[in-house]
Amino acid sequence: MPRKIVHSVEIERISILDEHGNFDAALGEGLIPDADLVKLYEAMASCRYLDEVAFKLQRSGRMGTYPQNMGQEAGSLGAAYILDKEDWLVTCYRENCGLFWRGVPMESILLHWMGDERGNAMPRAHFATPIAVPIGTQMLHAAGLAWAAKYRGESRIACTFFGDGATSEGDFHEAANFAANLDLPVVFCCQNNFWAISTPWRIECSAPTVAQRGVAYGMPCMQVDGNDIFACAYAVKWAAQRARAESKPAFIEMVTYRLGDHTTADDARRYRDQAEVDVWKERDPLIRTRTHMERRKLWDSSKEEAMQARIKVDVDAAVKRAEEIAAPPAADLFDSMYAELPAQLAHQRDTRQTHSLASDQPARTEGH
Amino acid sequence: MATLNLVQAINLALIQEMERDDRVLILGEDVGVNGGVFRVTEGLQKRFGEKRVVDTPLAESGIIGTSIGLAMAGLRPIPEIQFEGFLGPAYDQICSHAARMRTRTRGAFTVPLTIRVPVGGGIHAPELHSDSPEAIYAHQPGIKVVMPSSPYDAKGLLISAIRDPDPVIFFEPKRVYRAFREEVPEDEYTVPIGKARVVCEGGDLTVISWGASVIQCMQAVEKSSRSIELIDLRTIYPLDLDTIEASVKKTGRCVVVHEAPLTAGMGAEIAAQVMERCFLHLEAPVQRVTGFDTIMPYYKLELDYMPDATRISQAIEDAAAY
Repeated sequence: MPRKIVHSVEIERISILDEHGNFDAALGEGLIPDADLVKLYEAMASCRYLDEVAFKLQRSGRMGTYPQNMGQEAGSLGAAYILDKEDWLVTCYRENCGLFWRGVPMESILLHWMGDERGNAMPRAHFATPIAVPIGTQMLHAAGLAWAAKYRGESRIACTFFGDGATSEGDFHEAANFAANLDLPVVFCCQNNFWAISTPWRIECSAPTVAQRGVAYGMPCMQVDGNDIFACAYAVKWAAQRARAESKPAFIEMVTYRLGDHTTADDARRYRDQAEVDVWKERDPLIRTRTHMERRKLWDSSKEEAMQARIKVDVDAAVKRAEEIAAPPAADLFDSMYAELPAQLAHQRDTRQTHSLASDQPARTEGH
Repeated sequence: MATLNLVQAINLALIQEMERDDRVLILGEDVGVNGGVFRVTEGLQKRFGEKRVVDTPLAESGIIGTSIGLAMAGLRPIPEIQFEGFLGPAYDQICSHAARMRTRTRGAFTVPLTIRVPVGGGIHAPELHSDSPEAIYAHQPGIKVVMPSSPYDAKGLLISAIRDPDPVIFFEPKRVYRAFREEVPEDEYTVPIGKARVVCEGGDLTVISWGASVIQCMQAVEKSSRSIELIDLRTIYPLDLDTIEASVKKTGRCVVVHEAPLTAGMGAEIAAQVMERCFLHLEAPVQRVTGFDTIMPYYKLELDYMPDATRISQAIEDAAAY
């Protein structure tokens, strides 16, 4: 036979709780117990309110550039909910919800965007890596962290998050290739939110799905409704089980949408139609989760009201705590550069000068 | 005591550190079954197994990026980049992450990794197999840059690098790999990072160099009738300024020699430091004998590019006569 098919691929898409609140009990029942679902909803609502507050903080000059997470809460939360507490969570910067579920304090994230490295001083107990600003570079760290777990014979896996734009970066492909070929337990979660600042998904990828990018590396792939907390949890459960049992990676495309601007420095009205945004507003992960909870008699407007009041108190308190943290001493510039400060750097720290005629006394600094 | 060349000394250091510390692992292109293209990791996979000496896919950013993850988890990876010309694809991971992780997280995460990289020209290699990029990495805060010129120093410095809690780029001058042997103790010893070596003492003039150029400098020193102090920096960052300062204050004249191009090379930094620290002691402007501000040529012209004893001798005479 001169011609034969040597490989063909089908990509499965999972949806459990659709945008109208319809629930597929066959796939979803028992996946998230009701009591947990209520907590997950509150986590998403809390994250959403933080976005509103953070936006205002930036606009009023109390915080630097901030990337809103709005619309993308379900993906990282579903993963953090399913993963073991000691699995690595290797995120970029639109996964606040998962990080908060993991235990990262809200004020840490605020502090980070307030221009303070101490916001990134993630306690090791959270097994969460710092916010990664350079796009698409952190998946390799996830592969390395998973590799270290395998090396030590631990059952720990790594779950990494990145956007559709990040799959254009070479490091994504290297991470996928390393994880697949070296049998590393990594769950790759691409939040396809259709926009990399102003660059539409079509310029990042010409294939019908992002999910199939994983196929090229020999990984099983799945696409899910990324605004569906059940589908996200389902997919991560599937991928995490495989990673843990077989020490092999899997790839999940979470189809979602960035409801806000890229960051507070961006104005998405310059490049995308409001009509498109309006369609996605109807697919909001919070709306459908609330509908589902109401249908199950878990929720009503008085509970919603009480929750919103609670969230406001909590978030406002976190903002207060973050704002009360004074700027670090300028010596902090130097002190974390190396375990042991080289002599020249110690001199720069002690004198706050770089010119050689400076006395050994610290420079007089004008008030900032 | 064994008499070893640079390749054997590094191989011995790797064996001893892997035996001492099971957090140490080696990864890179061709480092396992093949023992590395220069045979520096010869026999290590057989000895320590595929788990600890890992042949990776051909992807430099991937090698460094996964090493960063391994190190963040507390292991001590030793990635090899096959030639310095291929550091480019890993530049982002080195400078955006390895160098910044400690300060970014205020010490919550650190990256104790040692990146081994063959460096420099003189072995008739193809394009991008003969460059000298040490100044690029010395300019990046957060990493240390080391380049031994002898088997003894290579073993001791590599052990220091592996045990260092911060990222170290360990450049191995290819031209020295099998150029000569010297006595290298079997016993464990370290050569500290950040300390230069005075190769020979003298009172008339200071020559400062590192890597394979040290050998060319030794030839120039031997030919000269003057009393020359030769300093092998061994570490490019952090610089051992005290040793440089003491020597130039004594001699009043200084020649810096490196293979990398002149402009914004380490010679510029050293000249500035000497000017600042030894201004009233200087009898002549600091002279730099370096590669030209050209692309490193293919090998037919490489000896025209790299500083040799003739060019170094000329600079010594010019500085001495000033």
